[in-house]
Amino acid sequence: MNRMSWPAKLGMNILAWLIAVLMFFPIFWLLLTSFKTNALAASRTPAFFFSPTIAGYVNAIVDNAYVHYLINSCISAIGSTLICMALAIPAAYSMVFRRSKYTDSTLLWMLSTKMLPPVGVLIPIYIVYKDLHLLDSVWGLVLIFAAMNLPIVVWLLYTYFKDIPEAIIEAADIDGASLLTKLVRILVPLTLPGLLSTGLLAVVLAWNEAFWAINLTNVHGATLAVFVSGFKSARGQYWASMSAASVLSVLPILIAGWFTQRQLVRGLTFGAVK
Amino acid sequence: MAHPNKQRSKQAAARLRSAALIGPAAVYLFIWMIVPLAMTVYYSFRRYNLIEPYIKGNAGFSNYANIITDPNFIAGIINTLILVVSCLVLTVMIGLAFAIVYNNDHVVGKNLLRTFAASPFFIMPVVTGLLWKNLMLNPSFGLLAALQRALGISPIAFLSKVPLASVIGIISWQWTPFAMLVLLASLSAIPEDIKEAAYLDGAGAWQTFRYIVLPQLGRSLYAVIMLETIFFLVIFGQIYVATSGGPGNASTNLPYYIYLQAFSSYDIGAASAGAVFAIILANIVAIFLVRMISANIREDS
Repeated sequence: MNRMSWPAKLGMNILAWLIAVLMFFPIFWLLLTSFKTNALAASRTPAFFFSPTIAGYVNAIVDNAYVHYLINSCISAIGSTLICMALAIPAAYSMVFRRSKYTDSTLLWMLSTKMLPPVGVLIPIYIVYKDLHLLDSVWGLVLIFAAMNLPIVVWLLYTYFKDIPEAIIEAADIDGASLLTKLVRILVPLTLPGLLSTGLLAVVLAWNEAFWAINLTNVHGATLAVFVSGFKSARGQYWASMSAASVLSVLPILIAGWFTQRQLVRGLTFGAVK
Repeated sequence: MAHPNKQRSKQAAARLRSAALIGPAAVYLFIWMIVPLAMTVYYSFRRYNLIEPYIKGNAGFSNYANIITDPNFIAGIINTLILVVSCLVLTVMIGLAFAIVYNNDHVVGKNLLRTFAASPFFIMPVVTGLLWKNLMLNPSFGLLAALQRALGISPIAFLSKVPLASVIGIISWQWTPFAMLVLLASLSAIPEDIKEAAYLDGAGAWQTFRYIVLPQLGRSLYAVIMLETIFFLVIFGQIYVATSGGPGNASTNLPYYIYLQAFSSYDIGAASAGAVFAIILANIVAIFLVRMISANIREDS
Protein backbone atom coordinates (compact mmCIF):
# COMPACT_ATOMS: atom_id res chain seq x y z
CA MET A 1 0.00 0.00 0.00
CA ASN A 2 3.01 2.26 0.25
CA ARG A 3 3.52 2.15 -3.46
CA MET A 4 0.61 4.09 -4.88
CA SER A 5 0.95 6.17 -8.00
CA TRP A 6 0.30 9.87 -7.51
CA PRO A 7 -3.07 9.88 -9.33
CA ALA A 8 -4.21 7.07 -7.04
CA LYS A 9 -3.03 9.03 -4.01
CA LEU A 10 -4.85 12.13 -5.21
CA GLY A 11 -7.96 10.07 -5.89
CA MET A 12 -7.90 8.64 -2.37
CA ASN A 13 -7.60 12.12 -0.86
CA ILE A 14 -10.47 13.45 -2.96
CA LEU A 15 -12.61 10.47 -1.95
CA ALA A 16 -11.78 10.96 1.73
CA TRP A 17 -12.90 14.59 1.53
CA LEU A 18 -15.98 13.77 -0.50
CA ILE A 19 -17.14 11.14 2.00
CA ALA A 20 -16.60 13.43 4.98
CA VAL A 21 -18.41 16.35 3.30
CA LEU A 22 -21.36 14.26 2.12
CA MET A 23 -21.86 12.46 5.44
CA PHE A 24 -21.56 15.64 7.46
CA PHE A 25 -23.58 17.84 5.12
CA PRO A 26 -27.06 17.17 6.63
CA ILE A 27 -25.70 18.13 10.07
CA PHE A 28 -24.09 21.24 8.62
CA TRP A 29 -27.39 22.12 6.95
CA LEU A 30 -29.22 21.71 10.27
CA LEU A 31 -26.71 24.07 11.88
CA LEU A 32 -27.11 26.59 9.06
CA THR A 33 -30.92 26.43 9.18
CA SER A 34 -30.90 27.06 12.91
CA PHE A 35 -29.55 30.57 12.23
CA LYS A 36 -32.18 31.43 9.63
CA THR A 37 -35.55 33.04 10.10
CA ASN A 38 -38.46 30.64 9.94
CA ALA A 39 -39.47 32.14 6.59
CA LEU A 40 -36.02 31.70 5.07
CA ALA A 41 -35.71 28.15 6.45
CA ALA A 42 -38.70 27.10 4.36
CA SER A 43 -37.86 28.95 1.17
CA ARG A 44 -37.97 26.94 -2.04
CA THR A 45 -34.48 28.02 -3.06
CA PRO A 46 -31.94 26.91 -0.43
CA ALA A 47 -30.07 29.87 1.07
CA PHE A 48 -26.38 29.39 1.85
CA PHE A 49 -25.56 33.04 2.47
CA PHE A 50 -27.78 35.16 4.67
CA SER A 51 -27.57 37.39 7.71
CA PRO A 52 -27.83 35.03 10.68
CA THR A 53 -30.36 35.45 13.45
CA ILE A 54 -30.66 33.77 16.81
CA ALA A 55 -34.45 34.01 16.79
CA GLY A 56 -34.74 30.21 16.50
CA TYR A 57 -32.61 29.76 19.62
CA VAL A 58 -34.56 32.37 21.52
CA ASN A 59 -37.75 30.59 20.53
CA ALA A 60 -36.44 27.19 21.67
CA ILE A 61 -35.06 28.45 24.97
CA VAL A 62 -37.60 31.09 25.98
CA ASP A 63 -40.88 29.94 24.44
CA ASN A 64 -40.36 26.18 24.51
CA ALA A 65 -38.85 25.56 27.94
CA TYR A 66 -35.67 24.00 26.55
CA VAL A 67 -33.97 24.27 29.93
CA HIS A 68 -36.54 22.03 31.64
CA TYR A 69 -35.79 19.21 29.20
CA LEU A 70 -32.07 19.91 29.32
CA ILE A 71 -32.11 19.43 33.10
CA ASN A 72 -34.00 16.15 32.73
CA SER A 73 -31.55 14.94 30.09
CA CYS A 74 -28.64 15.77 32.39
CA ILE A 75 -30.24 14.06 35.40
CA SER A 76 -31.15 10.91 33.49
CA ALA A 77 -27.83 10.61 31.64
CA ILE A 78 -25.56 11.38 34.59
CA GLY A 79 -27.70 9.64 37.22
CA SER A 80 -27.93 6.43 35.22
CA THR A 81 -24.20 6.50 34.52
CA LEU A 82 -23.41 6.84 38.23
CA ILE A 83 -25.63 3.84 39.05
CA CYS A 84 -23.94 1.87 36.26
CA MET A 85 -20.50 2.68 37.62
CA ALA A 86 -21.43 1.82 41.20
CA LEU A 87 -22.75 -1.58 40.12
CA ALA A 88 -20.20 -2.33 37.40
CA ILE A 89 -16.93 -1.51 39.17
CA PRO A 90 -17.23 -4.23 41.86
CA ALA A 91 -18.66 -6.69 39.33
CA ALA A 92 -15.85 -6.15 36.82
CA TYR A 93 -13.26 -6.28 39.62
CA SER A 94 -14.58 -9.63 40.73
CA MET A 95 -14.73 -10.96 37.17
CA VAL A 96 -11.07 -10.13 36.57
CA PHE A 97 -9.37 -10.72 39.92
CA ARG A 98 -11.66 -13.15 41.76
CA ARG A 99 -12.44 -15.53 38.96
CA SER A 100 -14.61 -18.60 39.48
CA LYS A 101 -16.01 -21.15 37.09
CA TYR A 102 -19.17 -19.06 36.85
CA THR A 103 -17.42 -15.84 35.84
CA ASP A 104 -17.47 -16.25 32.07
CA SER A 105 -21.06 -17.41 31.92
CA THR A 106 -22.18 -14.53 34.17
CA LEU A 107 -20.44 -12.00 31.93
CA LEU A 108 -21.92 -13.62 28.85
CA TRP A 109 -25.39 -13.60 30.37
CA MET A 110 -25.07 -9.89 31.19
CA LEU A 111 -24.03 -9.13 27.60
CA SER A 112 -26.90 -11.20 26.24
CA THR A 113 -29.46 -9.05 28.09
CA LYS A 114 -28.30 -6.17 25.85
CA MET A 115 -29.47 -8.21 22.86
CA LEU A 116 -33.00 -8.37 24.19
CA PRO A 117 -35.31 -6.00 22.29
CA PRO A 118 -36.50 -3.17 24.59
CA VAL A 119 -39.97 -3.58 23.11
CA GLY A 120 -39.99 -7.08 24.63
CA VAL A 121 -39.95 -5.63 28.15
CA LEU A 122 -41.75 -2.33 27.50
CA ILE A 123 -45.27 -3.33 28.51
CA PRO A 124 -44.55 -4.81 31.96
CA ILE A 125 -42.25 -1.92 32.79
CA TYR A 126 -44.91 0.56 31.71
CA ILE A 127 -47.54 -1.15 33.88
CA VAL A 128 -45.27 -1.42 36.92
CA TYR A 129 -44.22 2.22 36.48
CA LYS A 130 -47.87 3.24 36.37
CA ASP A 131 -48.47 1.51 39.73
CA LEU A 132 -45.30 2.96 41.27
CA HIS A 133 -46.06 6.49 39.97
CA LEU A 134 -42.82 6.45 38.00
CA LEU A 135 -44.47 7.34 34.69
CA ASP A 136 -43.42 10.76 33.42
CA SER A 137 -40.74 10.85 36.09
CA VAL A 138 -37.10 11.47 35.32
CA TRP A 139 -36.13 9.02 38.09
CA GLY A 140 -37.95 6.26 36.24
CA LEU A 141 -35.72 7.01 33.26
CA VAL A 142 -32.61 7.03 35.46
CA LEU A 143 -33.42 3.47 36.58
CA ILE A 144 -34.17 2.09 33.11
CA PHE A 145 -31.20 3.81 31.43
CA ALA A 146 -28.93 2.27 34.06
CA ALA A 147 -30.26 -1.20 33.21
CA MET A 148 -29.89 -0.45 29.51
CA ASN A 149 -26.22 0.58 29.76
CA LEU A 150 -25.08 -1.72 32.56
CA PRO A 151 -23.98 -4.65 30.31
CA ILE A 152 -21.89 -2.31 28.14
CA VAL A 153 -20.27 -0.65 31.15
CA VAL A 154 -19.50 -3.99 32.84
CA TRP A 155 -17.97 -5.25 29.63
CA LEU A 156 -15.78 -2.17 29.08
CA LEU A 157 -14.57 -2.08 32.68
CA TYR A 158 -13.82 -5.80 32.45
CA THR A 159 -11.56 -5.16 29.45
CA TYR A 160 -9.82 -2.25 31.20
CA PHE A 161 -9.27 -4.09 34.49
CA LYS A 162 -7.79 -7.02 32.56
CA ASP A 163 -4.91 -4.77 31.53
CA ILE A 164 -3.87 -4.29 35.16
CA PRO A 165 -1.07 -6.72 36.09
CA GLU A 166 -2.42 -9.27 38.55
CA ALA A 167 0.78 -9.01 40.62
CA ILE A 168 -0.22 -5.52 41.76
CA ILE A 169 -3.50 -6.78 43.17
CA GLU A 170 -1.78 -9.78 44.76
CA ALA A 171 0.76 -7.51 46.44
CA ALA A 172 -2.08 -5.37 47.78
CA ASP A 173 -3.83 -8.53 49.02
CA ILE A 174 -0.71 -9.59 50.91
CA ASP A 175 -0.55 -6.16 52.52
CA GLY A 176 -4.12 -6.74 53.63
CA ALA A 177 -5.61 -3.90 51.60
CA SER A 178 -9.39 -3.69 51.68
CA LEU A 179 -11.44 -3.64 48.49
CA LEU A 180 -12.09 0.07 48.90
CA THR A 181 -8.36 0.78 49.28
CA LYS A 182 -7.59 -1.27 46.19
CA LEU A 183 -10.26 0.57 44.23
CA VAL A 184 -9.20 4.04 45.28
CA ARG A 185 -5.44 3.49 45.26
CA ILE A 186 -4.95 1.04 42.39
CA LEU A 187 -7.87 0.33 40.09
CA VAL A 188 -9.25 3.83 39.61
CA PRO A 189 -5.91 5.63 39.14
CA LEU A 190 -4.62 2.98 36.71
CA THR A 191 -7.73 2.92 34.56
CA LEU A 192 -8.90 6.52 34.90
CA PRO A 193 -8.90 7.35 31.15
CA GLY A 194 -10.82 4.14 30.49
CA LEU A 195 -13.29 4.82 33.29
CA LEU A 196 -13.92 8.37 32.10
CA SER A 197 -14.46 7.42 28.48
CA THR A 198 -16.73 4.55 29.51
CA GLY A 199 -18.75 7.00 31.58
CA LEU A 200 -18.87 9.41 28.66
CA LEU A 201 -20.12 6.66 26.35
CA ALA A 202 -22.87 5.75 28.84
CA VAL A 203 -23.86 9.44 28.97
CA VAL A 204 -23.97 9.66 25.15
CA LEU A 205 -26.13 6.53 24.85
CA ALA A 206 -28.56 7.65 27.57
CA TRP A 207 -28.75 11.18 26.17
CA ASN A 208 -29.70 9.98 22.68
CA GLU A 209 -32.14 7.34 23.91
CA ALA A 210 -35.61 7.81 22.43
CA PHE A 211 -37.58 4.59 22.90
CA TRP A 212 -37.91 4.65 26.69
CA ALA A 213 -38.08 8.41 26.94
CA ILE A 214 -40.97 8.65 24.45
CA ASN A 215 -42.90 5.74 25.94
CA LEU A 216 -42.43 6.46 29.64
CA THR A 217 -42.38 10.25 29.85
CA ASN A 218 -44.42 13.09 28.51
CA VAL A 219 -43.76 16.46 30.10
CA HIS A 220 -42.48 16.44 33.69
CA GLY A 221 -39.86 13.76 33.28
CA ALA A 222 -39.30 14.25 29.56
CA THR A 223 -35.81 14.53 28.10
CA LEU A 224 -34.55 16.45 25.08
CA ALA A 225 -35.41 13.47 22.84
CA VAL A 226 -39.08 13.94 23.75
CA PHE A 227 -38.77 17.71 23.45
CA VAL A 228 -37.36 17.49 19.93
CA SER A 229 -39.82 14.82 18.82
CA GLY A 230 -42.57 17.32 19.71
CA PHE A 231 -41.56 19.13 16.49
CA LYS A 232 -42.42 16.10 14.38
CA SER A 233 -45.58 17.62 12.99
CA ALA A 234 -44.02 21.07 12.62
CA ARG A 235 -44.71 22.56 9.23
CA GLY A 236 -42.39 24.83 7.30
CA GLN A 237 -43.09 27.88 9.42
CA TYR A 238 -41.23 26.41 12.41
CA TRP A 239 -38.16 24.90 10.79
CA ALA A 240 -35.68 27.41 12.13
CA SER A 241 -36.98 26.87 15.68
CA MET A 242 -36.95 23.12 15.11
CA SER A 243 -33.37 23.25 13.85
CA ALA A 244 -32.25 25.42 16.75
CA ALA A 245 -33.87 23.05 19.25
CA SER A 246 -32.18 20.11 17.49
CA VAL A 247 -28.77 21.74 17.48
CA LEU A 248 -29.08 22.56 21.17
CA SER A 249 -29.92 18.91 21.81
CA VAL A 250 -27.25 17.21 19.74
CA LEU A 251 -24.23 19.53 19.68
CA PRO A 252 -22.77 18.80 23.15
CA ILE A 253 -23.22 15.09 22.67
CA LEU A 254 -21.84 15.12 19.12
CA ILE A 255 -18.63 16.64 20.45
CA ALA A 256 -18.55 14.13 23.31
CA GLY A 257 -19.16 11.39 20.73
CA TRP A 258 -16.10 12.45 18.73
CA PHE A 259 -13.99 11.67 21.79
CA THR A 260 -15.60 8.29 22.47
CA GLN A 261 -15.28 6.75 18.99
CA ARG A 262 -12.84 4.10 20.18
CA GLN A 263 -14.83 3.15 23.30
CA LEU A 264 -17.96 3.14 21.24
CA VAL A 265 -16.60 0.45 18.94
CA ARG A 266 -15.23 -1.49 21.91
CA GLY A 267 -18.41 -1.09 23.95
CA LEU A 268 -21.04 -1.75 21.31
CA THR A 269 -19.31 -4.82 19.88
CA PHE A 270 -19.20 -6.64 23.26
CA GLY A 271 -15.92 -8.33 22.30
CA ALA A 272 -17.36 -9.84 19.15
CA VAL A 273 -14.66 -7.96 17.25
CA LYS A 274 -11.15 -8.51 18.51
CA MET B 1 -3.86 -30.87 52.87
CA ALA B 2 -3.63 -30.74 56.62
CA HIS B 3 -6.87 -28.87 57.04
CA PRO B 4 -9.14 -29.81 54.15
CA ASN B 5 -12.19 -28.47 55.92
CA LYS B 6 -10.59 -25.17 56.68
CA GLN B 7 -9.46 -24.85 53.07
CA ARG B 8 -12.92 -25.66 51.82
CA SER B 9 -14.55 -23.09 54.05
CA LYS B 10 -11.98 -20.56 52.88
CA GLN B 11 -12.93 -21.32 49.31
CA ALA B 12 -16.58 -21.00 50.17
CA ALA B 13 -15.91 -17.63 51.76
CA ALA B 14 -14.04 -16.47 48.65
CA ARG B 15 -16.91 -17.58 46.46
CA LEU B 16 -19.33 -15.71 48.70
CA ARG B 17 -17.23 -12.55 48.47
CA SER B 18 -17.13 -12.72 44.69
CA ALA B 19 -20.89 -13.29 44.59
CA ALA B 20 -21.35 -10.25 46.81
CA LEU B 21 -19.41 -8.17 44.29
CA ILE B 22 -21.17 -9.40 41.14
CA GLY B 23 -24.50 -9.82 42.89
CA PRO B 24 -25.85 -6.26 42.80
CA ALA B 25 -25.21 -5.88 39.05
CA ALA B 26 -26.64 -9.33 38.29
CA VAL B 27 -29.74 -8.77 40.44
CA TYR B 28 -30.30 -5.35 38.90
CA LEU B 29 -30.25 -6.81 35.38
CA PHE B 30 -32.43 -9.70 36.47
CA ILE B 31 -35.08 -7.37 37.88
CA TRP B 32 -35.05 -5.05 34.87
CA MET B 33 -34.76 -7.56 32.05
CA ILE B 34 -35.65 -11.11 33.02
CA VAL B 35 -38.63 -10.41 35.29
CA PRO B 36 -40.36 -8.14 32.73
CA LEU B 37 -39.55 -10.68 30.03
CA ALA B 38 -41.44 -13.35 31.97
CA MET B 39 -44.29 -10.89 32.55
CA THR B 40 -44.50 -10.18 28.81
CA VAL B 41 -44.90 -13.89 28.11
CA TYR B 42 -47.56 -14.08 30.85
CA TYR B 43 -49.53 -11.08 29.51
CA SER B 44 -49.45 -12.57 26.01
CA PHE B 45 -51.78 -15.30 27.30
CA ARG B 46 -54.12 -12.90 29.11
CA ARG B 47 -57.13 -10.86 28.10
CA TYR B 48 -55.95 -7.41 29.11
CA ASN B 49 -57.06 -4.10 27.65
CA LEU B 50 -56.34 -0.83 29.44
CA ILE B 51 -59.61 0.70 28.21
CA GLU B 52 -61.75 -2.23 29.38
CA PRO B 53 -60.08 -3.30 32.63
CA TYR B 54 -63.15 -5.32 33.69
CA ILE B 55 -62.52 -7.87 30.93
CA LYS B 56 -59.96 -10.24 32.37
CA GLY B 57 -58.97 -13.87 32.28
CA ASN B 58 -57.08 -16.47 30.39
CA ALA B 59 -56.84 -15.84 26.67
CA GLY B 60 -55.15 -19.05 25.62
CA PHE B 61 -53.53 -18.51 22.25
CA SER B 62 -56.19 -16.05 21.06
CA ASN B 63 -53.85 -13.05 21.28
CA TYR B 64 -51.42 -14.88 19.03
CA ALA B 65 -54.22 -15.94 16.68
CA ASN B 66 -55.43 -12.34 16.54
CA ILE B 67 -52.13 -10.76 15.64
CA ILE B 68 -51.14 -13.46 13.14
CA THR B 69 -54.31 -12.69 11.21
CA ASP B 70 -53.78 -8.94 11.54
CA PRO B 71 -52.53 -7.59 8.18
CA ASN B 72 -50.69 -4.82 10.03
CA PHE B 73 -48.69 -7.38 11.98
CA ILE B 74 -47.77 -9.29 8.81
CA ALA B 75 -46.78 -5.98 7.21
CA GLY B 76 -44.77 -5.15 10.32
CA ILE B 77 -42.83 -8.42 10.13
CA ILE B 78 -42.18 -8.06 6.39
CA ASN B 79 -41.14 -4.41 6.75
CA THR B 80 -38.83 -5.33 9.62
CA LEU B 81 -37.11 -8.00 7.54
CA ILE B 82 -36.78 -5.72 4.49
CA LEU B 83 -35.46 -2.93 6.69
CA VAL B 84 -32.89 -5.11 8.45
CA VAL B 85 -31.57 -6.78 5.29
CA SER B 86 -31.43 -3.58 3.20
CA CYS B 87 -29.75 -1.57 5.94
CA LEU B 88 -27.26 -4.40 6.49
CA VAL B 89 -26.29 -4.55 2.82
CA LEU B 90 -26.00 -0.76 2.51
CA THR B 91 -24.16 -0.02 5.74
CA VAL B 92 -21.70 -2.91 5.47
CA MET B 93 -20.77 -2.31 1.83
CA ILE B 94 -20.56 1.46 2.07
CA GLY B 95 -18.96 1.27 5.52
CA LEU B 96 -16.29 -1.08 4.20
CA ALA B 97 -15.55 1.24 1.27
CA PHE B 98 -15.26 4.21 3.67
CA ALA B 99 -13.03 2.21 6.00
CA ILE B 100 -10.67 1.32 3.15
CA VAL B 101 -10.36 5.00 2.25
CA TYR B 102 -9.71 6.12 5.83
CA ASN B 103 -7.22 3.30 6.39
CA ASN B 104 -5.04 4.62 3.59
CA ASP B 105 -1.90 6.28 4.93
CA HIS B 106 -1.69 8.64 1.98
CA VAL B 107 -4.88 10.44 3.00
CA VAL B 108 -3.87 13.74 4.59
CA GLY B 109 -5.73 14.44 7.84
CA LYS B 110 -7.51 11.09 7.72
CA ASN B 111 -8.42 11.05 11.43
CA LEU B 112 -10.13 14.42 11.28
CA LEU B 113 -11.98 13.55 8.07
CA ARG B 114 -13.01 10.18 9.52
CA THR B 115 -14.39 11.94 12.60
CA PHE B 116 -16.60 14.10 10.41
CA ALA B 117 -17.72 11.10 8.39
CA ALA B 118 -18.56 9.27 11.64
CA SER B 119 -20.71 12.13 13.00
CA PRO B 120 -24.16 10.86 11.91
CA PHE B 121 -23.84 8.02 14.40
CA PHE B 122 -23.81 10.43 17.36
CA ILE B 123 -26.93 12.31 16.33
CA MET B 124 -30.02 11.58 18.38
CA PRO B 125 -32.29 9.24 16.33
CA VAL B 126 -35.18 11.63 16.86
CA VAL B 127 -33.20 14.54 15.39
CA THR B 128 -32.08 12.29 12.52
CA GLY B 129 -35.72 11.63 11.71
CA LEU B 130 -36.71 15.31 11.88
CA LEU B 131 -33.73 16.52 9.92
CA TRP B 132 -34.32 14.15 7.02
CA LYS B 133 -38.09 14.39 7.06
CA ASN B 134 -38.14 18.17 6.87
CA LEU B 135 -34.91 19.77 5.77
CA MET B 136 -33.83 17.07 3.32
CA LEU B 137 -36.81 15.13 1.98
CA ASN B 138 -39.73 17.57 2.15
CA PRO B 139 -41.19 17.71 -1.38
CA SER B 140 -41.70 21.51 -1.34
CA PHE B 141 -38.95 23.06 0.79
CA GLY B 142 -36.46 20.21 1.19
CA LEU B 143 -32.93 20.36 -0.13
CA LEU B 144 -33.38 17.29 -2.34
CA ALA B 145 -36.49 18.84 -3.85
CA ALA B 146 -34.48 21.93 -4.74
CA LEU B 147 -31.79 19.72 -6.25
CA GLN B 148 -34.36 17.81 -8.29
CA ARG B 149 -35.92 21.06 -9.54
CA ALA B 150 -32.47 22.30 -10.52
CA LEU B 151 -32.02 19.13 -12.55
CA GLY B 152 -35.39 19.63 -14.19
CA ILE B 153 -37.12 16.71 -12.44
CA SER B 154 -40.34 17.26 -10.54
CA PRO B 155 -39.62 16.57 -6.85
CA ILE B 156 -40.60 13.19 -5.42
CA ALA B 157 -42.52 13.11 -2.15
CA PHE B 158 -40.10 10.54 -0.72
CA LEU B 159 -41.77 9.85 2.61
CA SER B 160 -45.24 9.33 1.15
CA LYS B 161 -44.29 7.69 -2.18
CA VAL B 162 -41.41 5.45 -1.05
CA PRO B 163 -41.66 5.50 2.76
CA LEU B 164 -39.83 2.28 3.57
CA ALA B 165 -36.99 3.00 1.14
CA SER B 166 -36.67 6.50 2.64
CA VAL B 167 -36.51 5.11 6.17
CA ILE B 168 -33.88 2.61 5.01
CA GLY B 169 -31.85 5.45 3.55
CA ILE B 170 -32.12 7.54 6.74
CA ILE B 171 -31.09 4.66 9.00
CA SER B 172 -28.23 3.70 6.70
CA TRP B 173 -26.90 7.26 6.86
CA GLN B 174 -26.91 7.00 10.65
CA TRP B 175 -25.42 3.50 10.88
CA THR B 176 -22.82 3.40 8.09
CA PRO B 177 -20.36 5.12 10.47
CA PHE B 178 -20.74 2.24 12.93
CA ALA B 179 -19.78 -0.35 10.29
CA MET B 180 -17.01 1.97 9.13
CA LEU B 181 -15.50 2.43 12.60
CA VAL B 182 -15.59 -1.28 13.46
CA LEU B 183 -14.18 -2.39 10.11
CA LEU B 184 -11.58 0.37 10.22
CA ALA B 185 -10.39 -0.86 13.62
CA SER B 186 -9.92 -4.33 12.25
CA LEU B 187 -8.35 -3.15 8.96
CA SER B 188 -5.76 -1.11 10.77
CA ALA B 189 -4.88 -4.20 12.83
CA ILE B 190 -3.60 -6.01 9.70
CA PRO B 191 0.21 -5.84 9.89
CA GLU B 192 1.79 -3.74 7.18
CA ASP B 193 4.55 -6.32 6.53
CA ILE B 194 2.05 -8.96 5.39
CA LYS B 195 0.76 -6.60 2.73
CA GLU B 196 4.35 -5.71 1.91
CA ALA B 197 5.20 -9.40 1.43
CA ALA B 198 2.22 -9.83 -0.88
CA TYR B 199 3.40 -6.84 -2.90
CA LEU B 200 6.89 -8.27 -3.22
CA ASP B 201 5.37 -11.54 -4.41
CA GLY B 202 3.74 -9.57 -7.21
CA ALA B 203 0.18 -9.33 -5.88
CA GLY B 204 -1.87 -6.45 -7.25
CA ALA B 205 -4.18 -4.22 -5.20
CA TRP B 206 -7.23 -6.39 -5.87
CA GLN B 207 -5.38 -9.64 -5.11
CA THR B 208 -4.00 -8.20 -1.89
CA PHE B 209 -7.50 -7.19 -0.89
CA ARG B 210 -9.07 -10.51 -1.93
CA TYR B 211 -6.52 -12.88 -0.39
CA ILE B 212 -5.10 -10.95 2.56
CA VAL B 213 -7.43 -8.20 3.73
CA LEU B 214 -10.78 -9.92 3.18
CA PRO B 215 -9.96 -13.16 5.08
CA GLN B 216 -8.69 -11.08 8.03
CA LEU B 217 -11.83 -8.99 7.86
CA GLY B 218 -14.12 -12.03 7.75
CA ARG B 219 -14.62 -12.26 11.49
CA SER B 220 -15.30 -8.55 11.88
CA LEU B 221 -17.74 -8.56 8.99
CA TYR B 222 -19.59 -11.45 10.59
CA ALA B 223 -19.68 -9.62 13.93
CA VAL B 224 -20.86 -6.34 12.38
CA ILE B 225 -23.67 -8.16 10.58
CA MET B 226 -24.84 -9.87 13.80
CA LEU B 227 -24.60 -6.71 15.92
CA GLU B 228 -26.31 -4.49 13.38
CA THR B 229 -29.10 -7.03 12.99
CA ILE B 230 -29.72 -6.83 16.75
CA PHE B 231 -29.75 -3.02 16.63
CA PHE B 232 -31.82 -2.76 13.42
CA LEU B 233 -34.50 -5.08 14.80
CA VAL B 234 -35.30 -2.48 17.48
CA ILE B 235 -35.27 0.72 15.36
CA PHE B 236 -37.92 3.09 16.73
CA GLY B 237 -37.03 6.78 17.07
CA GLN B 238 -36.43 7.54 13.38
CA ILE B 239 -39.68 5.89 12.30
CA TYR B 240 -41.68 7.48 15.13
CA VAL B 241 -40.60 10.93 13.98
CA ALA B 242 -40.19 10.63 10.22
CA THR B 243 -43.22 8.58 9.12
CA SER B 244 -45.15 7.43 12.22
CA GLY B 245 -45.17 4.03 10.50
CA GLY B 246 -47.15 5.34 7.55
CA PRO B 247 -48.65 6.05 5.17
CA GLY B 248 -50.98 3.27 6.28
CA ASN B 249 -48.62 0.56 7.50
CA ALA B 250 -46.04 1.08 4.74
CA SER B 251 -43.18 1.81 7.12
CA THR B 252 -44.45 0.14 10.30
CA ASN B 253 -41.83 -2.19 11.70
CA LEU B 254 -42.34 -4.66 14.55
CA PRO B 255 -41.41 -2.32 17.44
CA TYR B 256 -43.68 0.38 16.04
CA TYR B 257 -46.53 -2.12 15.60
CA ILE B 258 -46.21 -3.21 19.22
CA TYR B 259 -46.09 0.42 20.31
CA LEU B 260 -49.33 1.09 18.41
CA GLN B 261 -51.03 -1.99 19.87
CA ALA B 262 -50.09 -0.98 23.40
CA PHE B 263 -50.56 2.79 23.31
CA SER B 264 -53.13 3.35 20.57
CA SER B 265 -55.33 0.29 20.94
CA TYR B 266 -54.39 -0.24 24.61
CA ASP B 267 -54.46 -3.96 23.91
CA ILE B 268 -51.81 -5.25 26.30
CA GLY B 269 -52.45 -8.90 25.44
CA ALA B 270 -51.94 -8.46 21.70
CA ALA B 271 -48.99 -6.11 22.19
CA SER B 272 -47.35 -8.69 24.46
CA ALA B 273 -47.88 -11.43 21.90
CA GLY B 274 -46.19 -9.19 19.32
CA ALA B 275 -43.36 -8.56 21.77
CA VAL B 276 -42.84 -12.32 22.16
CA PHE B 277 -42.32 -12.49 18.38
CA ALA B 278 -39.79 -9.66 18.60
CA ILE B 279 -37.92 -11.51 21.35
CA ILE B 280 -37.83 -14.73 19.32
CA LEU B 281 -36.58 -12.87 16.25
CA ALA B 282 -33.80 -11.20 18.23
CA ASN B 283 -32.83 -14.47 19.91
CA ILE B 284 -32.25 -16.24 16.60
CA VAL B 285 -29.41 -13.80 15.95
CA ALA B 286 -28.31 -13.49 19.58
CA ILE B 287 -27.53 -17.21 19.82
CA PHE B 288 -24.87 -16.94 17.11
CA LEU B 289 -23.50 -13.73 18.54
CA VAL B 290 -23.24 -15.09 22.09
CA ARG B 291 -21.45 -18.17 20.78
CA MET B 292 -18.92 -15.99 19.00
CA ILE B 293 -18.32 -13.72 22.01
CA SER B 294 -18.03 -16.76 24.25
CA ALA B 295 -15.27 -18.22 22.05
CA ASN B 296 -13.41 -14.88 22.14
CA ILE B 297 -13.64 -14.58 25.93
CA ARG B 298 -12.43 -18.13 26.44
CA GLU B 299 -9.52 -17.54 24.07
CA ASP B 300 -8.49 -14.54 26.16
CA SER B 301 -8.68 -16.15 29.58
